[in-house]
Amino acid sequence: MAEVLVLVDHVDGQVKKVTTELLTAARRIGEPAAVWVGDGAESGKATLAEFGAEKVYVAPAEVNDYVVAPKAELLAKLAQDKGAAAILVSATAENKEIAGRTAVKLGSGVLTDVVDVNAELVTEHSIFGGATVTHARVTTGVPVIAVRPNSVVPEATAGAAAEEAVSVDISDAAKGAKVVERVVQAKGERPELEEAAIVVSGGRGVGSDDFAVVENLADSLGAAVGASRAVVDSGWYPNQFQVGQTGRTVSPNLYVALGISGAIQHRAGMQTSKNIVAVNKDPEAPIFELADFGVVGDLHTVAPQLTEEINKRK
Amino acid sequence: MNIVVLVKQVPDTATERKLNADDKTLDRAASDGVINELDEYAIEEALLLKEKHGGEVTILTMGPDQATDSIRKALSMGADKAVFVNDDALHGSDAIQSAYALAQALGTLEFDLVVLGSESTDARTGVIGAALAEYLGLPQLTLAGKVDIDGGAIKIQRQTDYGYDVVEARLPAVVSVVEKINEPRYPSFKLIMQAKKKPVDKKSAADAGIDTGKVGLANATTETVDFAAAPPRAAGTIVKDEGDGGVKAADFLAEKKFV
Ligand SMILES: Cc1cc2nc3c(=O)[nH]c(=O)nc-3n(C[C@H](O)[C@H](O)[C@H](O)COP(=O)(O)OP(=O)(O)OC[C@H]3O[C@@H](n4cnc5c(N)ncnc54)[C@H](O)[C@@H]3O)c2cc1C
Ligand SMILES: Cc1cc2nc3c(=O)[nH]c(=O)nc-3n(C[C@H](O)[C@H](O)[C@H](O)COP(=O)(O)OP(=O)(O)OC[C@H]3O[C@@H](n4cnc5c(N)ncnc54)[C@H](O)[C@@H]3O)c2cc1C
Repeated sequence: MAEVLVLVDHVDGQVKKVTTELLTAARRIGEPAAVWVGDGAESGKATLAEFGAEKVYVAPAEVNDYVVAPKAELLAKLAQDKGAAAILVSATAENKEIAGRTAVKLGSGVLTDVVDVNAELVTEHSIFGGATVTHARVTTGVPVIAVRPNSVVPEATAGAAAEEAVSVDISDAAKGAKVVERVVQAKGERPELEEAAIVVSGGRGVGSDDFAVVENLADSLGAAVGASRAVVDSGWYPNQFQVGQTGRTVSPNLYVALGISGAIQHRAGMQTSKNIVAVNKDPEAPIFELADFGVVGDLHTVAPQLTEEINKRK
Repeated sequence: MNIVVLVKQVPDTATERKLNADDKTLDRAASDGVINELDEYAIEEALLLKEKHGGEVTILTMGPDQATDSIRKALSMGADKAVFVNDDALHGSDAIQSAYALAQALGTLEFDLVVLGSESTDARTGVIGAALAEYLGLPQLTLAGKVDIDGGAIKIQRQTDYGYDVVEARLPAVVSVVEKINEPRYPSFKLIMQAKKKPVDKKSAADAGIDTGKVGLANATTETVDFAAAPPRAAGTIVKDEGDGGVKAADFLAEKKFV
């Protein structure tokens, strides 16, 4: 059975949930082979084995020193050397870029924002803000597929996770854009946005940089916190928590929108959430068109009551 | 400094967007075409860089006839001229083919910098900037929230999941922008009038150095197998807060087993 390369997303040696989803999808197609870039593979390997990775290719941290290009060189080379059947990455902004460059190198095609993929490598997409469902496939070369987090239910099955170090000769062209500094703006104990089963987001209606009303509700549900652009622009919450077209795309089981109007650019980042709850004082707010459950009211009274009620019922 | 800005015309997100039943490509006649929102930020950034460093701003658009409307709008923001790659052979090109075609067209132009949006609102693949850098063999400075140029050196803040990376390169380079970067200007009446006289160089695929055997639906690297309208979302329950809105929301969450 041909290998299916899965680019591992990891933080501090911890494998992100989306990677277990990709390994699960990869098993439908062939033999999952995880590709780990940088340090921490030792501590992350157990999770990869648990979700069926037969191999773990480990590439040196130097690959991360330049923007995207070295990762594409790594994936393209592995795909060629191993005769891979497909390459799967998570559909984050950076990984979509890696997917694009890899496809150019391989002379193949790329499919992005995939919500499902079957054994024949036919992909499902949710487009135009969720209004249309399409199926697609790559017709030339090794398919490079970017899958949206929270789209596939991860299923454990044992894999050998045999480690193999891979060396990379980063070309001069790939060294053109050098990362000279990484600025970490805020990091909490809450789950990552794309990974979270529940996301609670606040909008301009929160009214100030006191985001406790949003954070408390999030914590009662074990949820990640998100924000609209209005909030980020006001400096009330850091940039990387922005959900939407130019922020992060989330697809949790539950999305709670507090004081968010539901502009098209915001909807683009949360529309495929399985359940949507909205609190807004304006009954005409477009967010209610999406909501499975909506409360027309002041979030400063509704959200604390909801938080209290959840904590009571635990 | 000569800057080329890539501008895509997309269907207005406020209208209903559709695919063509026959060839499964975007139905561009079904909705009004507008400039892809982020490309206005790309144009603005190019204009700001021109104001600082001098040079010329050229718009490069690949698309059907009606894309001229978006080109005029881009010129009325203050860009100097435009190149319009317009050829039926390009219809149905996918992301990789589009990047190839744009790279070839760029090959016929002189530039120090290419600026584009980080994502379109219609296809949303977000791969063009990266694929273009690959084709051109130029530094990839994508997802930029801030750009600084000093002589031949360029530095950006690249938006990441944890904050940002500071990235350095030498010109020429490919820069894609996120909306944090600036606030696009409105065209003035004077500029709108001037834009009518600015040169638009229309090129066929061959003029732009594009091998028509590599582009278009017939040569695409991807294929849309089928499409259908998504099942409509069941209408939700909306309640007015009568002092128990939070409790009612908790009941809903309990019913869905979230609490
Ligand atoms: C190129 C581009 C990219 C963009 N990308 C994004 C993106 O990625 N993400 C994003 O979110 N936006 C994005 N936007 C911005 C988007 O168009 C909206 O401006 C933004 O989403 C509005 O944020 P909001 O809903 O918080 O604020 P508003 O639209 O101002 O809505 C605030 C809402 O809060 C309600 N409210 C006020 N007070 C209360 C209260 N006490 N209790 C309950 N409700 C209350 C109001 O009724 C209103 O509906 C983008 C825009 C552009 C042009
Ligand atoms: C709903 C939908 C889904 C699609 N999914 C896929 C897919 O999964 N894989 C695939 O290969 N193709 C896909 N396509 C085809 C794809 O839209 C086109 O190939 C398109 O030309 C480039 O993709 P993009 O708009 O996503 O580019 P993005 O990478 O999202 O756009 C980034 C920037 O590139 C510039 N740009 C893009 N196109 C042009 C242009 N024609 N002229 C000038 N500048 C431009 C703009 O500055 C833009 O802001 C899809 C099309 C649709 C309508």
